[in-house]
Formats: sequence, structure tokens, C-alpha cells
Amino acid sequence: MKISFLKIISISLVAFALLVFFLALNTDKRYSTEKIVGKSVDNFEIIFLNNDEVFKKQDLSNDKFHLLNIWASWCLPCKKEHSILMALKKENNLKIIGINFKDKKLNANNFLRELGNPYDFSLSDKDGTKTILFGVYGIPESILIDKKHKIISKFIGPLDVNDYEDILQLVNEK
Amino acid sequence: MLSNLGNILLFGSIFITLSIIYFAYQNLKEKNILIGKNLVYLSFFQITFIIASFLLLIFAFVFSDFSLLAVYQNSHTAKPIFYKIAGVWGNHEGSLLLWVNIMVIFSFLFFLFNYKLKKSYSLYTLLIQNILILGFLVFLISNSNPFFKILPIPSEGLGLNPILQDPALAIHPPLLYLGFVGSSIYFSAAMAAILSNSNGKNFASSIKIWVLISWSFQSLGIIVGSIWAYYELGWGGFWFWDPVENASLIPWFCMTALAHSVLVLEKRNYLYNWVLILSIITFISSVTGTFLVRSGILNSVHTFANDPARGMYILIFLSLMIFFSFIIFFKRKINDNFYLEPISKETFILGNNWFMMFYLATVFIGTIYPIFTQVLYDTKISVGPPFYNSVIAPIIIPFLIMMAIGPKIRWIKQKYNDYKSLIFILILSCVINFLIFTFLKSYNLLSNLIIISSLFLIIHSLKDFIINSKTKSYYNLPSFLSHTGFGILMLFIILNHNYSREYDLNIKVGEAKKIDNIEIKFENLKIEKRDNYNVIIGNFNILDLKKNYQKNLNPEIRIYDNPQTLTFESAIKTNLKQDLYLTMSNIDGSDFYNVKFQIKPFMLWIWFAAFLTASGALLRTFLKK
Repeated sequence: MKISFLKIISISLVAFALLVFFLALNTDKRYSTEKIVGKSVDNFEIIFLNNDEVFKKQDLSNDKFHLLNIWASWCLPCKKEHSILMALKKENNLKIIGINFKDKKLNANNFLRELGNPYDFSLSDKDGTKTILFGVYGIPESILIDKKHKIISKFIGPLDVNDYEDILQLVNEK
Repeated sequence: MLSNLGNILLFGSIFITLSIIYFAYQNLKEKNILIGKNLVYLSFFQITFIIASFLLLIFAFVFSDFSLLAVYQNSHTAKPIFYKIAGVWGNHEGSLLLWVNIMVIFSFLFFLFNYKLKKSYSLYTLLIQNILILGFLVFLISNSNPFFKILPIPSEGLGLNPILQDPALAIHPPLLYLGFVGSSIYFSAAMAAILSNSNGKNFASSIKIWVLISWSFQSLGIIVGSIWAYYELGWGGFWFWDPVENASLIPWFCMTALAHSVLVLEKRNYLYNWVLILSIITFISSVTGTFLVRSGILNSVHTFANDPARGMYILIFLSLMIFFSFIIFFKRKINDNFYLEPISKETFILGNNWFMMFYLATVFIGTIYPIFTQVLYDTKISVGPPFYNSVIAPIIIPFLIMMAIGPKIRWIKQKYNDYKSLIFILILSCVINFLIFTFLKSYNLLSNLIIISSLFLIIHSLKDFIINSKTKSYYNLPSFLSHTGFGILMLFIILNHNYSREYDLNIKVGEAKKIDNIEIKFENLKIEKRDNYNVIIGNFNILDLKKNYQKNLNPEIRIYDNPQTLTFESAIKTNLKQDLYLTMSNIDGSDFYNVKFQIKPFMLWIWFAAFLTASGALLRTFLKK
């Protein structure tokens, strides 16, 4: 059998693909959002809602907790949890980062003007691709990050009074 | 009882398959020029056993025999009989039995029809096809046995997922399987042609009909799947570039290429190696697609109960298949020498193949790229419609133009001098396009070009057909149907893409909202109890203030008990011009309902054109020269 360049290329490409398939079989693909709790935040870059600057993981402060809140003006439950966020704003130990999800800038700003702006940083994920990193599949969702940038809790659905107390407790421990 | 009988039939089938492999091999070594009668009998037994096992499973589903795990997990006594039967292939185990059935039926028919061909070719085909059958039978029995028993016998089943209870989806799997499982037969035949040193022309004419049949069914399967997605999923689209849709499209590209190049091999005895490669990769891509879907490494709407062992088995099977087909193919040392005239049917067909391979590569890379990044870099990405649309759409234009001219070109060589009518048709297409966008709404340059080229294809084919029909020769009718159908399909997809409108709003009962010239009024809400579900029916009134029409739409939210699921049924009003499409969903803890209202033009035409395209090849299988 004559060994030609073409043969080697095609065989190695196919072998490589099969190897990747094999590895993919053994990686856990089940989509579980609980899995990210306890992990450190991955690197991320998300642009601000009202300008083109980018907020990165390095911009997280080292002596405060952060609450990532993913919201949209079209999302009614987000209205419901808004008062909770406004109450959390008073907490000194906590910075709130709002990620506006698949929304129009105008509507988002109107929403904040009407109901108040609880966010220390307002970011925007226009096509919903950045928040995948945080395992977001529906909004609202909130993610609590500690001073070491580890995700310590995740809240799916609107925050309620119980969540509020949980967050206060976690933030003020020690 | 049923379980035992089923298992006996399956083990019987394995035994027969092994015997066929053994006797076919023995028979090959003998100098006798005739194929042994025992192989014919064995093939007959094999098909009887395997069909009996499938009928038995259908029987178990129809009479709700919950002693079988597969029935218990996927059926329910309260289900209509139609969906009980559809439940047979609505799950991994049953669908795999259907898979093996199709392989056996194709094997049997191919053997029957090509009994008189060169002995070694027929026997090798039978041998290799049966090795494949054996592989899937072992898979079936070892970890996907549809006749697996449970004790104690439950009194009621878990039911079939309600979104699968749809007539289009009931026939979607069998159609698709006839397509890509059917391609196994020309995989085997290609291997056999190499091993038996068969003549290219004979090989081509023996597989041609099977390529056409599988292509038609593959097309129909894809269309029916799209129809289901459109009516049932409630997203208002019919193609999402979902990995699993792509998995059915990749073999389709191979089949389309093969259906054309096999003609070159048959007529001119050229491109033998290429036809062999296409025959081989069609089935390989089908199995790869199956692997991607069944192993659960892709997330999509086609979720089967995932078991890594299953993925592993298919992957090993796939690797072996690729390995041996490569070895056998590379053993063939014959190089094709050919010379093609630039203007000849051969060249145009080769052109078609290049386009198909381009689409195939694009879709394949887009589909597996996320898996690669996940494994190699541990980053999740998703490749979506923007990628496919921007890579594929521009290349559609030359493809459509070639598709128009190709069928008219003669074999071997032609002096093309029909430039006058070419230019005339081109101008006519431009004029029609101009009329469309001045009277309706303008669109971007790319859409303009695609619409012009699809009009060009449609008009050119019509002209050719009219000229041809004067001679009363209808041999070209099938390719005319398929090519024109494809042109119409592209035309309406692009128009639909450009003229679709979508409104998203939250609305309370009794409220009315006005957007553009359309008023959407939420009249009232009804709650009803039906056979196996409760339903909330919304009554919406759509008023077009400009065109002054009024339509009532009644979307539903269904609450099923077994298994407990909510489904959202879209309300669709169809006419020749457009579909009005409305879905509603409740918003937890509020009186508001989220309503998505879409106007989708020409949906009926898209379905019609797609069926027209698929019908061509079916017609060809019946039409003799």
C-alpha cells in the first residue's frame, strides 16, 4: 500500500475527530446550574449598558461581595424583585452588578428611571451569550460572589424576602 | 411471555445473520458461478424474523403490555391508538429496532433485485450488509433491548411526551430512517464493488435506484421534521440549524451529490473513485449523526435517555467501520483517468458535487466545533444561524444558476450558444425581482441576488420543460420537478425571511394593544377538560387596520397528566399569502400573558416547494426510460 500525503492527512483528521468524540463522551454535559456554585468565577468581559467600556473579572473588588443580577425590562418577575434589590443597595458590604439581558437600551434605561437603579454597575448582554458562563437559562437570576471571587450562591427566579435575608447573612458573616 | 418471544426472535435473527455471513463467505470461496440457494432462504428467514419482532413490539404498544420496560416508559392506556403505534419508534430502543428492520429490508430487496449480477459483487454486498446488521443487532440486545422485562408489572405506563404526540412527528422517524439507514446498502455495495473488482457502470446502475429512494425519504423526513417544529414548538420557525437538524442534513448533502455523480459513472464510466467515496461517507455520516444524537454529547430537542455506554458502543462501531472502509478503499489502486470538457453535463454534475461538499463541510464544522472547543479548551460556545446564513447564502447564488443550466447540457461535449435566451431569462428575473421589491418591501443586496437566481432557475426550467414536452418525452420530468421545486423553495424562504414580522408583548385579558397597523385584542380565556389533558384556551382578535381584515386566533396551554407537562400550542391561521402565528404563555404570579404574534408569509408555498423537490426523485424511481 502506497502511503501518500493525502492518506495520512485524511486518516489523522478522522482519528482526531474520533478521539475528540471519545473525550466528549466522558465529559459531563448535563446542564446543571448548581455545578457552578463553589467555583471561582471564570474570566469574563461584558460591556456596559450605557457605554462601550468593558467590565472584566479583574474589575471585581477584593474587599466586597458582589451580587450579579440578570434582568430585563420585558421580564415581569424582574419588576417583582426590584424592591429587594433596592433594599440590598443599602448594604455597604455588597456591590450589585446588573446584567441587562436581551433587551433594548432605551427600555432598560426607562425601567431603571421608573423603578430606581439598584446597580453599582450596569452591564449589557444583548444577545444572551455572555451570561451562559454563569449558567443562566432564564431570568431573573442572581449570583452571589464572595471577596475571593468564588460563587457562593445562586438564586433562580425573582429574589424574595427569604433570599434577601440569606444574602444579608452571607455577606455579613465574620 | 411477549418479552420471551421478542427475545427469541432477536436471538434468532442474530443466529441467522451469523449464518448468512458464514455461508456468504463460504460461497464466495467456491468456484460455482451460482449463488447458493441456502442464502436466499436464510435471507427470507432473516426478514421474517426481524419484521415479526417489530410487529410484536407494535402489538405490545397497542395492547399496552406494561411488562415491557419500553412500553411502560413510553406509553399509556389513555393514548389514542395512532400515538401508541408512533410510540414504538418514539424511544431509543424501539427506534433502533426500526433501524435494524430497515437495514434488513434493504438488504433483502437489494439481494433480490441484484441476484443475477456478478456473483462476487452480490455476495460481498450481502456479507458486508450483514456484518453491519450484526453490529446493530448486538447493540440492540446488549444494551437497548426493547423487550426488556420489568417486575412487578406496573398497571399504568408513564406516557409519551406530549410534544411528540403530533401526526407529523409520528411519521418523521420512519421517513428519516428509510433515508439514512437505507444508505447502508450502498455503503455495503461500494465495499463489495471494490472487493469484487466490479465494473463501475454496473455498480452505478445497481445502486442508482437505492440512492434515489433514500434521498427522497431523507428529504421527506427532513421536511416533516420541519413541519413539526413549525407547528408544535411554537417558535415560529421551521429551520433552526439545531445540531440534530444538521445531523440529518449532512447525509442529505452526500446523497444529493451521489444521486448526481452516480449518473456520470453510469453513463460515462468516470468518477468511479469519487462515487465510491460518496457512497461510503453517506452512511458514515449517518452513523456519526446518530452517535451525536444518541450519545447526548449535543444538547437539542431530540433528547433520548442518555447512557454513555450506548454512545461508546456506537463510537466503537463507527471507528471500526471507518477504519475498515478506509483500508478497503485504499487497497483499490486504480486511478480514474478522465478528461471532462468544460461545457458538458459531467462538468456541471461535478460542479454540483463541489457545492454539496462545500455545504457539507460548512454544516459539519459548525456542528462539531462546539464539541471541539468544549473538549479542548473547556469553553462553551454555540454556533448559530448567523454563521450558517452568512457562509451558505452567498454560495447559493452560483449554485442556483448552475442548477438551471445543467440539466439542458448534453453529455460529453456541447457548444453552448443559447446565450440569447439566457440573457432574456436573466433580464426577466431581474424585472420580476424589481416588481417584488417595489410593490412589497425592499431587501438587501444578497436577498436580491438570491431571488434573481432562484427566479432564473424557475423560469429556465419551465422553458426547458415546455420545449421538451413538445417532443412528448417525459424522461426529464423528475429532474424538472426537483430543480424547479428547489428554486421555488429558495425564492419563498428568502421572501419569508425578509417579510416576516414578529411582535412580543405582555397583555391581560380584556386588553388591546396596537403595534404598527395591527391591533391585538385579548378577548377572553376559557378552561376546558379534554381526554388526556386540561387546556387553557385564549381567544385573541387580530385586526389589521390598514388592510381591514379581522381574524380570531385561539392558542392553547395544555396541561398533561402523564407525564405531567405543560405544552404551548400555537394558533395558526394559514392562507396562500401568509400564516398568522400566535403563541401565549402564562407569566408566574401575574395576570399578564406573554404573547408572541408573528406574520409569516408564504409558509404554504415553502412546504409545497419542499415536497415538490422531494417528489422528483420518487417519480424517477418509477419512471422508466
